[in-house]
Amino acid sequence: MTVQRAPRFNDGTVLIVPAVLLLALVFVGPLIWFFVRSLAALGTPAEIAAHAWAVITSKAVLTALSTTNWISLLVTLLVLLASYPVAYYLATHRGWRFTLVLFCVVVPYFTSIIVRTYSWMVLLGRNGLVNQALLKTGLVDQPLTLLYTKTGVLIGMVYVLLPYMVLTLYAAMKSIDPSLVRAARGLGAGGFYAFTRVYLPLSMHGVISGSLIVFILSIGFFITPALMGGPADVMIAMLIERSVEITFDWGGAAVMSLLLLAATLVLYGIYYRLTDVRRMMGA
Amino acid sequence: MSESPAAQGRGAIELQHVSKRYAKETVVDGVSATIAPGEFFSLLGPSGSGKTTTLMMIAGFADVDGGQILVDGTDIVSVPPQRRGFGMVFQNYAIFPHLSVADNVAFPLRARKVPAAEIGPRVRQALELVRLERFADRYSRQLSGGQQQRVAIARAIVFQPSVVLMDEPLGALDKNLRYQMQVEIKEIQRRLGMTVVYVTHDQEEAMNMSDRIAIMNSGRIEQVGRPAEIYENPGSTFIARFLGEANLIPGTIESIVGGVATLRTQGGLRLQARAGRDLSADTAAHLFVRPERIDIAAADATTPDPAGANVATGRLTQTSFLGNILRHAVEIEPGVLVTVDVQNARADLFRSTDRPAALTWLAADSVILQR
Repeated sequence: MTVQRAPRFNDGTVLIVPAVLLLALVFVGPLIWFFVRSLAALGTPAEIAAHAWAVITSKAVLTALSTTNWISLLVTLLVLLASYPVAYYLATHRGWRFTLVLFCVVVPYFTSIIVRTYSWMVLLGRNGLVNQALLKTGLVDQPLTLLYTKTGVLIGMVYVLLPYMVLTLYAAMKSIDPSLVRAARGLGAGGFYAFTRVYLPLSMHGVISGSLIVFILSIGFFITPALMGGPADVMIAMLIERSVEITFDWGGAAVMSLLLLAATLVLYGIYYRLTDVRRMMGA
Repeated sequence: MSESPAAQGRGAIELQHVSKRYAKETVVDGVSATIAPGEFFSLLGPSGSGKTTTLMMIAGFADVDGGQILVDGTDIVSVPPQRRGFGMVFQNYAIFPHLSVADNVAFPLRARKVPAAEIGPRVRQALELVRLERFADRYSRQLSGGQQQRVAIARAIVFQPSVVLMDEPLGALDKNLRYQMQVEIKEIQRRLGMTVVYVTHDQEEAMNMSDRIAIMNSGRIEQVGRPAEIYENPGSTFIARFLGEANLIPGTIESIVGGVATLRTQGGLRLQARAGRDLSADTAAHLFVRPERIDIAAADATTPDPAGANVATGRLTQTSFLGNILRHAVEIEPGVLVTVDVQNARADLFRSTDRPAALTWLAADSVILQR
């Protein structure tokens, strides 16, 4: 066999070509095509601008945007609060305890989001398990309205997004030298002081990265709020879907999609910069 | 600065039968030691000898399974590390990467809720002591290893503790820097008068800095004493070998008379030396003598036979040039090599090997040790 020399692409670039082609074909292409067609149907550039402005400033869109931001913020905060102790546990334990907790965090990650959302609906419904348990134990007199409320949306979204935060925080915490906390204790710091002055600041880049990921995913969320939310919990992705499916306002849908895409890209840019800086610092 | 802790009689540590077990293994086995205020006390031993675990028990990072640790008369075994009030210098420095040098040094003061107005001057004072005052605003990643080490020391002494614990603080530095830092640490310790418990596996480091050294081996203290005392008079062959170069000539004890033992080697050579612990006649033993205590001469030269001197002749098999000294290997009996160190100043005498040589050393410079 003769040795074949590849003068170009010998750095492995050729390996990503199929994936890039596929993405271009089934994602980037249709996206551009959708934007161009939808917007072109609105008329001249001036007319497009006027329509876009009308869409963005309409009551429905403004409300959906504020709902989206508010829910995303709350979800991010709740996910962070729920994930931090779990990630800390993972970062500080080994053996079967580590494996078990990691398993519990990751397995749902591989389950269909629709399946998981329906499971929550079963649990949170008027006669669901949660209400039955609350009634049986006498904690409440009548069933709580958990489903089709903001609470329901929050529970569902927090659950779905938890693994992203846990794994990001875990990676950040794993890079913290455990001897630093020990040093803090040895130098006179109590547990709380050592945590707030040493561990928390050192895990902060994980907190920021994880929060950005969760927030980015939240603002584009559709299935969970659509299935578990009430009429007041319309998020921007649901509004886009309605414009396409119900009102056939493809122009409006395109404007909103662009808005969502722009917001996502900006946040992703921030995320990328932060993680890049982190790598440069060798953390 | 106020009067030093040692001058006030603070900083006494007493270990009483301290033990530590991990699962079934006993890592520290009934260690006892009394450390005086202001003393520089080293725990010296190979890795796995329990020296670091002992230090971690004093620091409070490892639970004590048995025994007591008294500091100024009070048992501290159940006191959490942050309330023991010790300064600590860690093996990898453990400089907080997210804090500047000044904030690192201020950390123990802030943790102790020292008034903000006092913190600035005290941090400056500590940084001056380690000659880092110009680096106050830097971060650890902008500092060299030696500078990080100085930050760690400043941070450990800034709150004027009566006891400072150091866990192999110079392990990561290169040789020249290590010597320089030894001198500096010793100087700071002398000036501030605190007790230092120092863990190291480097015997030169321990000998250079310590008032007393405890040699640890498999979880026990084998010998405690001043550096020169242990070096000249090791209690066991392990210590003799561990602390510098040592010749251990095997043989059988012929007699023990008035603290002087006579050893007969396999080749029939009779050698005299001070008798070590727990010796009895007709048992196997080693004669210990340091390479620099042996005189070497050409075998054909007429050697005076001073009173109380051992004489052995053999063949010079190898000479190593180590800069300040020449290290000769002389085979006095089949398979028994004796190392002889000679100052470079008079070194050209023995440049060629494979020639006969005569060795002499005083009985008083050697010890018979149990095998």
